[in-house]
Amino acid sequence: MKRRSFIKAGLILAGTGTAASIFTPAGAAERKNVLNGGKIWRAKETPLPTPADPTQRLFFNEREYALVTAIFDRLIPADELSVSASQAGCVVFIDNQLAGDYGKAKWKYNQGPFENGTESQGNQSPYSPAEIYRKGLQELDTHCTRLFNKSFTELSHDMQDAYLEKMESGEFTYPTFNSEVLFGQFLANVQEGFLADPIYGGNRNMVGWRMIGFPGARYDYRDYAPLKGQKLNIEPISIIQLLKA
Amino acid sequence: MNYTRPKADAVIIGLGWAGSLMAEELTRAGLNVVAIERGPWEQTQTNFSPAIAADELRYGVRREILKPPRVETLTFRNDSSQKALPARDWNAFQMGYSVGGAGKHWAANAWRFNPSDFEMATRLRDRYHNMKLADGLIVQDWGVSYAELEPFYDRVEKIAGISGKAGVINGVTQSGGNPFEGSRSSEYPTPPLIRSHWNDKFHQITEKMGFHPFPIPAGTIGAPYTNPLGVNLAPCTYCGYCGFYGCGNWSKSSPNVCVIPALMDRTNFTLLTECTALYIDKAEDGKTVSGVTFRDSDGNTGFQPADIVCLSAYQLDNVRLLLLSKIGKAYDPVTGEGTLGRAYNYQTMSMGYLYYENEHMNPFISTGALSTQIDDFNGDNFDHSGLGFLGGAGIQALSDQGTPLSMTDRLPPGSKMWGSAWKKTFQKSYQNYAKIQGQGTSYSHRDSYLSLDPNYKDENGQPLLRLTFDYNQNDRLMARFIRDRIEDICKVSGATSWETEAFPDKHNSPFRAYDSSHTIGGAVMGLDPATSVLNRYQQHWDAHNLFVLGASSYPNNGGYNPTITLSALTLWTAHAIVNDYLKNPGSLVR
Ligand SMILES: Cc1cc2nc3c(=O)[nH]c(=O)nc-3n(C[C@H](O)[C@H](O)[C@H](O)COP(=O)(O)OP(=O)(O)OC[C@H]3O[C@@H](n4cnc5c(N)ncnc54)[C@H](O)[C@@H]3O)c2cc1C
Ligand code: SF4
Repeated sequence: MKRRSFIKAGLILAGTGTAASIFTPAGAAERKNVLNGGKIWRAKETPLPTPADPTQRLFFNEREYALVTAIFDRLIPADELSVSASQAGCVVFIDNQLAGDYGKAKWKYNQGPFENGTESQGNQSPYSPAEIYRKGLQELDTHCTRLFNKSFTELSHDMQDAYLEKMESGEFTYPTFNSEVLFGQFLANVQEGFLADPIYGGNRNMVGWRMIGFPGARYDYRDYAPLKGQKLNIEPISIIQLLKA
Repeated sequence: MNYTRPKADAVIIGLGWAGSLMAEELTRAGLNVVAIERGPWEQTQTNFSPAIAADELRYGVRREILKPPRVETLTFRNDSSQKALPARDWNAFQMGYSVGGAGKHWAANAWRFNPSDFEMATRLRDRYHNMKLADGLIVQDWGVSYAELEPFYDRVEKIAGISGKAGVINGVTQSGGNPFEGSRSSEYPTPPLIRSHWNDKFHQITEKMGFHPFPIPAGTIGAPYTNPLGVNLAPCTYCGYCGFYGCGNWSKSSPNVCVIPALMDRTNFTLLTECTALYIDKAEDGKTVSGVTFRDSDGNTGFQPADIVCLSAYQLDNVRLLLLSKIGKAYDPVTGEGTLGRAYNYQTMSMGYLYYENEHMNPFISTGALSTQIDDFNGDNFDHSGLGFLGGAGIQALSDQGTPLSMTDRLPPGSKMWGSAWKKTFQKSYQNYAKIQGQGTSYSHRDSYLSLDPNYKDENGQPLLRLTFDYNQNDRLMARFIRDRIEDICKVSGATSWETEAFPDKHNSPFRAYDSSHTIGGAVMGLDPATSVLNRYQQHWDAHNLFVLGASSYPNNGGYNPTITLSALTLWTAHAIVNDYLKNPGSLVR
């Protein structure tokens, strides 16, 4: 091996040896992704969350909206503990989510070939959440109508619960989905809507957080940490309030 | 090749804990250092301000600051007869994707390994006289001892401001700490945090049982503190938005907060962000490497020549980049030949889930690492004669997560998961749930290894890494033993109901819940080139100017999280480079 540049330079800033064609692409330079010590480094801003607008329908059509409302309201029904999922904004929440990056599964590895694999190999489905809702709701609707001659929305609460129980235990197979998978998708999303920050359209008045006694987007509990095993009754706050502050 | 950059003394691939600590040492020694990092530069005040940081949907569930599988994932199978399939969605291994790496969103459990973890082959010979072990188990020494690493552990803890209580200082046992730990040269730089209610309960229960509970060391800063690089850190506020999140307070030890502010001032440091290393280039002499080829965010390919290459791209990516660069001999599980990809291992977990009545656990007051632990059954702290397995686990009461979406299914067994019944059960269990975690050792095995996948590629068209892994018999025996110790604790805990499990009773799946991100091995250090990729200084046996940093160096895992150990090893290697290699480039094993 040749003598090393740092040896020649006696360990100080040896630097530029042979640079055949030094070329820094304009785009990269503009975006400041060559950072040099001793000069100012600026991080890109993280965009603030966009508040969901409850008056806008972004993804669902009327039929889907009604179906999701009926399903979500059985998963989280109104009772003495809280209002129902739809009253808490969970349908607005998922409508917004499905219209964005989440709906498109932008994070997912989506190159083929697609194969089912073993249980250990996890979810290999090629479908994005938006596709799961679009296809899944339609398949559920058809299946339910064939079974009862009625749409899911027209069933009694007891019948709806019984249907959902069978879905949950994987008893139905729709053309594209096993019912357990579809059920899992709905349950995960309704809980997200009920317990995520209200800025995303659900958890209206922080109803989900109040139900369990979670104080929300607070960032400092130093005064409370020594109060152990006590009920604390801390009023929750949302990112909406923090951004206004 | 679209362009060649000016030559550097050293190039570093990946700027997590390992990369940034190496950059700090080498720039302080006067070297001209270029770091290549796939993601952007992020900092506390701009990217995790408290106004937006407390967002469970964004960070905890959608995991916005982690590496999306779309960019690069791995393929997985339990054994080599199966076809490996890609991890398409989020799974257990949550990799870093910006300056700071996974050290930005880690939970900050900040452990040293046990002295025995580094020399299990020697222990097996001397203490257990070649006890019969599972067929195919790989047990070998690391080639570096705890005593040699101690000064570097000490330095890392001071840079990171680790909070904790020492158990043994200069051989003398201290009250309140872990009596089983390797001897330390000083107390932790900042004091432990206030224990949670569950931590306190667990402390009382296990002390009564004759065990030795202590608050675990954590990178959640215990008091205002200035680290040796002159950076000011602030006390943790128990916000609970910790593991998976960036800290908005300058309170969680991370490369971004603890190290990079110092690098920003050094004119001999250059950082290329949003540049992905594609491979390391071999030099014509066949004994060294010449630099790193990378792709920048404009899609152009650049070459960064350097005299020294440090690979610190995370355990899995380290192995993958070595395979892609064709440096070293890939492991063949049939013949047992080749070392690269061999000795992959993991973390073997056992758990206890407990439910109480009227406890007001206030789980939202938490940190990523608010935990009380007993080490009575960890590593080689107890006599294994006749047990037929090596290793053990730290058993801990962990109050790490109280955000609601992470707890919707923490319900007693058999509970309904939806409807009014779920609401009632969840309301109650949210305040009464407690968790005991047995975080166990892992030993590597002939049948588990890393290789390049023949079918699936990443965004840049390069093959994905393929992981072939299942728990081995040693893992299973160890985890069941620990599960039974957890069960003993549950029985006297006063809980109304509980469940315990040993993860190795099922096939390993990176897609199940409650697992760890602690992937280990694949390019291990050691004393013999026939069974290791690196020598005891993490220097590549086949290319003396290539150093590989990270948990890829560990031939076995301790019953602890890996990061402080890989950070200490980085400083150990940096010390060897600065004090020896620069004067006399060549193999450091002389
Ligand atoms: C949720 C979570 C919790 C954890 N909690 C703990 C804990 O409590 N305690 C603990 O000890 N450990 C914990 N860990 C593990 C810990 O985060 C890692 O061990 C540690 O961060 C690894 O450091 P590293 O420097 O080796 O790699 P990383 O931090 O992963 O850094 C590697 C860097 O290399 C970059 N990179 C990768 N490939 C390329 C490429 N081709 N080109 C350029 N750059 C590249 C990455 O973007 C990244 O920034 C946790 C991990 C996760 C995900
Ligand atoms: S718990 Fe502490 S260290 Fe963790 S994010 Fe909150 S303030 Fe930071």
